[in-house]
Amino acid sequence: MALYILCTILFSLGLYCILRKRNIIKIIIGVIIAEYAVNLFFVLIGYRVEGRAPIHAPDQKILNMVDPLPQAIVLTAIVIGLATTALLIAIAMRIYEKYGTFDITKIKELKG
Amino acid sequence: MELYILLGFMILGAIIAIEIKDLLSSVVAVGAVGLGLSIMFLILKAPDVAITQLVVEILALIILVRATLKKDLPFSASGRWFFNTIITICFVALFLIVGMKCFKDLPGFGYPIMRISSVYLKDGLSQTGAANTVASVILDYRAYDTLGEATVLFTAVIGVLAIVRRIGRKKQGKTIGEDDE
Repeated sequence: MALYILCTILFSLGLYCILRKRNIIKIIIGVIIAEYAVNLFFVLIGYRVEGRAPIHAPDQKILNMVDPLPQAIVLTAIVIGLATTALLIAIAMRIYEKYGTFDITKIKELKG
Repeated sequence: MELYILLGFMILGAIIAIEIKDLLSSVVAVGAVGLGLSIMFLILKAPDVAITQLVVEILALIILVRATLKKDLPFSASGRWFFNTIITICFVALFLIVGMKCFKDLPGFGYPIMRISSVYLKDGLSQTGAANTVASVILDYRAYDTLGEATVLFTAVIGVLAIVRRIGRKKQGKTIGEDDE
């Protein structure tokens, strides 16, 4: 329970960074932190006390394994997160080339 | 116990990453958060996710460092600084309170429900022949999910290439403008 609350605090730190900061790189960092918190929350939900990793072995003694379904979903979500982060950074770099700044309050006027 | 220490380390790293002025230091702090997350997956008995997180974290760090190198921005406190901060903190606090009310309905930490996963764990080895149940889930039971993931990945790579490319394709005789496209 306390771990869930700490995980939510990590997510809300990312949310604060997205809402409050003006630097585009800082906003991307907030998105990354929020994404980490969500992935961690999925794996925390699937954890089982005294469990073992969901890999079958011929000489296994302990029978209860942790939940494999959230792990599989998080595995796809991590890779998609990398792709979207790369897309965000590419857009940010083009904005820097065009306007010469990362500050979102200065990117008001249309150019070109 | 070590989960609490690692999660505290991650929260500390996130605070440093958010509040520090220098962009490069901020990116490095995010890298520390991601590596702590990788160790945490390992403790939570998810080795596949831990390995993937490690690789993805280092790649994201390289891309971020490439974007932020030698591009610094001084902190600007103009505008309605106080008002904005108050509104943001109110919104985040509301989110936290609602989230904590929802946690009562979740199963407790360490005791998942596993209605579907028990079938995967019981029949996975005989039905798919994969010793690793996570691999049998993503590549056999939920293969369409992985196909959709590959589609999203492909689309994102096309988007990155279209954005980063400098000069548009040349037509017969005339050149398209250099800075846009």
